[in-house]
Amino acid sequence: MKIHEYQGKAILREYGVAVPDGFPAFTVDEAVKVYDKLDSKVAVVKAQIHAGGRGKGGGVKLANSRDEVERLAGEILGMILVTHQTGPEGKEVQRLLIEQGVDIDRELYTGIVLDRESRKYAFMVSTEGGMEIEKVAAKSPEKIIKEWIDPSVGLQSYQLRNLVFGLGLKDAQVKNGIKILNALWKVFVEKDCSLIEINPLVVTKDDNVIALDAKINFDDNGLFRHKELVELRDIAEEDPAEVEAGKYNLNYIKLDGNVGCMVNGAGLAMATMDIIKLYGGEPANFLDVGGVANAKAVANGFKIILSDPNVKSILINIFGGIVRCDRVAQGVIDAMETVAVKIPVIVRLEGTNAKEAADLLNNSALEFLVAHSFEEAAMKSVKAAREAK
Amino acid sequence: MSILVGNDTRLMVQGFTGQEGLSHSNKMIKYGTKVVSGVTPGKGGQTHLNIPVFNTVSEAKMATDANTSVIFVPPTFAADAIMEAVAAELDLVICITEGIPTKDMVTVNQFLKNKKTRLIGPNCPGVISPGKAKVGIMPGFIHKPGNIGIISRSGTLTYEAVHQISSNEMGQSTSIGIGGDPVNGTNFIDALSLFAKDDETNGVVLIGEIGGTAEEDAAQWVIDNNFTKPIVAFIAGRTAPPGRRMGHAGAIIAGGKGTAQDKMEALQTANITVVENPAEIGISMKNLIK
Repeated sequence: MKIHEYQGKAILREYGVAVPDGFPAFTVDEAVKVYDKLDSKVAVVKAQIHAGGRGKGGGVKLANSRDEVERLAGEILGMILVTHQTGPEGKEVQRLLIEQGVDIDRELYTGIVLDRESRKYAFMVSTEGGMEIEKVAAKSPEKIIKEWIDPSVGLQSYQLRNLVFGLGLKDAQVKNGIKILNALWKVFVEKDCSLIEINPLVVTKDDNVIALDAKINFDDNGLFRHKELVELRDIAEEDPAEVEAGKYNLNYIKLDGNVGCMVNGAGLAMATMDIIKLYGGEPANFLDVGGVANAKAVANGFKIILSDPNVKSILINIFGGIVRCDRVAQGVIDAMETVAVKIPVIVRLEGTNAKEAADLLNNSALEFLVAHSFEEAAMKSVKAAREAK
Repeated sequence: MSILVGNDTRLMVQGFTGQEGLSHSNKMIKYGTKVVSGVTPGKGGQTHLNIPVFNTVSEAKMATDANTSVIFVPPTFAADAIMEAVAAELDLVICITEGIPTKDMVTVNQFLKNKKTRLIGPNCPGVISPGKAKVGIMPGFIHKPGNIGIISRSGTLTYEAVHQISSNEMGQSTSIGIGGDPVNGTNFIDALSLFAKDDETNGVVLIGEIGGTAEEDAAQWVIDNNFTKPIVAFIAGRTAPPGRRMGHAGAIIAGGKGTAQDKMEALQTANITVVENPAEIGISMKNLIK
């Protein structure tokens, strides 16, 4: 799960991480009121969306007065912000963070992630702050300093020293740097984070070390023990169809193609998308209906898929293991009676009771294209989508 | 011979008395698996499906001589259940549970070091040696005894591969679901090294997916160890968008890493037959071993 910068900074503040004073604002009026509360003439107006690259996209602006805050807040709120992470369609800005300006001396980078291969956590710092870290990693990997944290003993003091001296911090900066990195590690562990990235981490002219940005992602599997984090979810940042699918316990991800697909199991769902592409089509979505695949799940699946107007055909690919194919077939028939499906539906059911399922579909008054193999299903659904154009 | 599970498997079921535990235990027993005990804390002394229930893994092991455990415990308690089985020194623990926090699995991995227990999963369908033992939730009837080993990060896509092998007049020595989580127990390399030593395995199907570098590591291992049995590989997720978790917690392209393209290239470098079409897994293997 992702959260906004201002929410991330609130968490960091709780753990003693130095962040600039600031508050969120949902309207221009609120933005001005926040400015009045700040003890700073210079303020930064920052668009709050779940994507990076906001500054380059024009979503982060410096204001030198109350009037300027008012004007900039008006400009940024409601704008469609396009960054390298939002895709070309961009994202509407609905929230702002108004915070005090900071006298920056140096911009640095720090991040913590799990390294899947070593099964250790990687704590990274770089002197190349403010840039896309992927680009730094590609161009000059030697500028990223890494410490691997052994999970059985946690972050050690020598590692903190390696990191802060690696960043070239000195005098009072060293103590401040160690304090902030240590606090970030604590947040990472205690909140079940999957990623913390502070870019930039800044050294101020008076030797403070401050988190000027905050990107924090959480492990969805760990959320059950963090009710306080679940409340931070902003569904306005997510695709509405994906949010709706979540309510039905369906795992749906919208894509750009026109062949809808409904599959049981994530791996088979990906393979189904792949085979559609291989036969010259474009998948419209990823949809894992899970292990049940009953009439209700199938009906909900239809609703979600059909909410995308690009979809021209639907491929149902179910491998019946525990779930019996004839039950799924009956579910598909029942669902088609409750949801008006006006585009071709191609059904491939394999596994437990596949033959009984085929008979049910063939004998039904509804129009199905029954496929007897994985390839045939893909070919038929791609063809149906193409002919619909 | 088959690997991991077989005629010698004496199985205990952790989370036995829950709905999933009982229903799948019943199916495993019907398949012919020797299920010898169940564990549910607080339900020790009960009997279900004619099988005795114990409060702890070590009690169950002592009383019934179990050597393998399968876990159906909910994600909140699953990591603890794995560690209990490891502490009791079972040979093999297979964790079916989906949704265990990554942090818990990192801890479990630390705990596993220098222990005798092998972990399969979590978030997996389990392991089956057709005709001998089924430990997990896979449908038994699609499998046929034979000489192809299967290793997969997926569930139903594994069944698809099994079905293709079976319907191309071949069968499986052992089919292993290693699970879809970012941090798991046994990986492709471990499974390949077991299949390398198994006389009954003549070829291996490897089903990978986007995320992590387990497939690339396996490819390098195949080169370094001169693994000579034919391998057919399929990588799911060529069309998956980056940065999105595709159902499985581990199936995500992050920071440009873990793409299907990278994995397919690495596997091809190791002379592994990589199929682009998931419907051609069975036929490709048939052509390779004939």
